[in-house]
Amino acid sequence: MSSDQEQEHRLFEYSEPVFPQRVKGWFRSLKWWLMAFTLTVYYVTPWLRWDRGTSLPDQAVLIDLSHARLYFFWIEIWPHEFYFIAGLLIMAGLGLFLFTSALGRVWCGYACPQTVWTDLFILVERWVEGDRNARIRLLRAKWSFTKWRKRITKWILWMLIAIATGGAWVFYFADAPTLLVDLLTGNAAFVAYGTIAVMAVITFVFGGFMREQICTYMCPWPRIQAAMMDEHSLTVSYREWRGEPRGKQGQETGDCIDGMACVNVCPQGIDIREGQQVECITCALCIDACDTIMEKIGKPRGLIDYCALSDEEDERGGKAVVPVWKHVLRLRNIIYVSLWSIIGIALVVMLFIRSDFGVSVNPDRNPRFVTLSDGTIRNAYDLRLSNQTGDARVFHISIKTEDPLRLELQGLTELLVEVPADKTIHQRVYLFAKQAYPTAHAENSPVRFWVEETASGNRTSVDTIFAGDTR
Amino acid sequence: MKKKQKKTDADYPTTGHEWDGIREYDKPMPRWWLNTMYITIVWAIGYSIAYPAWPLLSGATPGLLGWSSRGDVKAEIARVNAQNAEIEAKLLATPMENIAADADLARFATAGGKAVFQTYCSQCHGQGAQGFKGYPNLQDDDWLWGGDIATLETTIRHGIRFEADEDTRYSEMPKFGEFLEHEEIASIANFVRSLSNQEHDAMAAEAGTELFAENCSSCHGDKGTGDREQGAPNLTDAIWLFGADEGTIEKTITFSRFGVMPAWQGRITDAQIKQVAFYVHQLGGGE
Repeated sequence: MSSDQEQEHRLFEYSEPVFPQRVKGWFRSLKWWLMAFTLTVYYVTPWLRWDRGTSLPDQAVLIDLSHARLYFFWIEIWPHEFYFIAGLLIMAGLGLFLFTSALGRVWCGYACPQTVWTDLFILVERWVEGDRNARIRLLRAKWSFTKWRKRITKWILWMLIAIATGGAWVFYFADAPTLLVDLLTGNAAFVAYGTIAVMAVITFVFGGFMREQICTYMCPWPRIQAAMMDEHSLTVSYREWRGEPRGKQGQETGDCIDGMACVNVCPQGIDIREGQQVECITCALCIDACDTIMEKIGKPRGLIDYCALSDEEDERGGKAVVPVWKHVLRLRNIIYVSLWSIIGIALVVMLFIRSDFGVSVNPDRNPRFVTLSDGTIRNAYDLRLSNQTGDARVFHISIKTEDPLRLELQGLTELLVEVPADKTIHQRVYLFAKQAYPTAHAENSPVRFWVEETASGNRTSVDTIFAGDTR
Repeated sequence: MKKKQKKTDADYPTTGHEWDGIREYDKPMPRWWLNTMYITIVWAIGYSIAYPAWPLLSGATPGLLGWSSRGDVKAEIARVNAQNAEIEAKLLATPMENIAADADLARFATAGGKAVFQTYCSQCHGQGAQGFKGYPNLQDDDWLWGGDIATLETTIRHGIRFEADEDTRYSEMPKFGEFLEHEEIASIANFVRSLSNQEHDAMAAEAGTELFAENCSSCHGDKGTGDREQGAPNLTDAIWLFGADEGTIEKTITFSRFGVMPAWQGRITDAQIKQVAFYVHQLGGGE
């Protein structure tokens, strides 16, 4: 280190502006399709309808926070079933591990919202301001009418996309058509406007200005992924043994003609020829760019390619490399897939065996029993019934005990309880043990409550106890 | 067009630390990161001016916006009260007997009544309304003054033997120790135990039969079944407010017993009285 450089050392570093060039190729097409798909899913999903009867919302995907319900097409999740969401999150995590282990940072390169929206914003930028060279010229140009016009047009378009992004977000939390009308007429809740504003600003700043800075400096995933990858992971890399030394075509050099095509298209502003870097999101656009050049100069494609580090030596020596499927079907990946599948299967099974009504019984603890005037011992219970369907249903309550205890429901003459659609109710229940029964004097006697849904005959039982007077 | 050369790793200094040949670069953060830090400092200063922040000897600086968590709670209580205003008016307009028929009203009365009960009644009657010695159990089916919902409301409103309320329920058992011999009281106690089929001395009980008819039946009834008009307990059932053993009964006859409950009218709102009456009625003993 020279002393000059140390003097130059500053508190901060100016970020280098990046002007990704337009590129054509297989991976670029794949990314366009994925972008179209993910954006369509994001924007369209809240508008899908799903009929659940009159008393439940008809939005296919809805997170109803005020009623603590989560709707996904035919599935309705109550708060006590949140383990489904936990399971899905674990699956998402394992999926991320699997893809990283097999293919490096594919999530970052193809599916991460930061990548997708940045790609969309760059598309708009290119459309308004032109390709790489035009944009560099525009940056260096003095502020003129044309520059202002182009900049403002771009910012307005970005802002519209950003507002639509924030707008789509809130539709997941309320009935979309109603909320849209409310939003446009100024009748929506403040929290809706606030959320849209925050989401819009984040989208605008992250997609328009921060871009690769988010991946490099803010996202923890580049650091975590280092532990998820090994030398068998397929990742975007430069075949140094083939490309070096770089030089003009026709001279005694490697295949790389140092045309900077791979650098110019890179949205992260890095040079893939320097090897794997923390900034690289493996979007594979450099592969497309380099392949285009290789075709032009009549050299084989794949100077930049998806490679595994472990193959490098074999490739240098001209030996056959390990086939791709062997890289993917590693023990590590098989374990990830197995865990992922086990959780997935368990969730599906849970989904099918779960009951559409919930029952719990809580004996009154204070007092444990009440002596009535004729000496009868009475226990009270809090019977909680949840009706997890869109229709009101009637449940029949019965008990199974050693002595023939009498059962009564508070405020009701029959042993039938109606639970409104999608509601949980608490019903106070009494059991009476005559003085003559042993149950009346035993510390604890087992009681089984049977709850039968009258229409379908489905029934479920809950065990509890009857407390007698031992004095 | 010559591209500006990007900095390479060699352009950066190191921190001077070295472990096993591994050195740590001292690379600066991007400018926006530094600016974000300055913005947070400005934000923190603004925040501490706008909101309560700096601790003083008692309390803290109030902040320019005048926000406080107590204010939030006050506003929240006012909001809930405003929300309940309509159903509360409906509760006040509905006769006690008709509340149960309206599911919403019943739920409102039960929930509110439970809160009132826990605040004002549980000290004597217990958290679960199970009662204590001398304080009636409100879950059972034995009522001194009556267990229908209108009677419960009257009892709560005016209290029992509460002299400040003109309409309070009033009765007083004489101290029989002042004009009966101990043996006579013991005979009555044995007779009383015989009424509820408890262990007793048959000879004494027989002697007590006439004494009971002379001294006690005017309030407790010929057969000892009590009289709700006067709050006289039923002596034939299994429920004893003070205890059913001979000694306790003798003591009760000798020195008399009468509990006092305050009138709640004026101490809690009319709506709260109706709520707590409804709550007690649905605990299992309501008639």
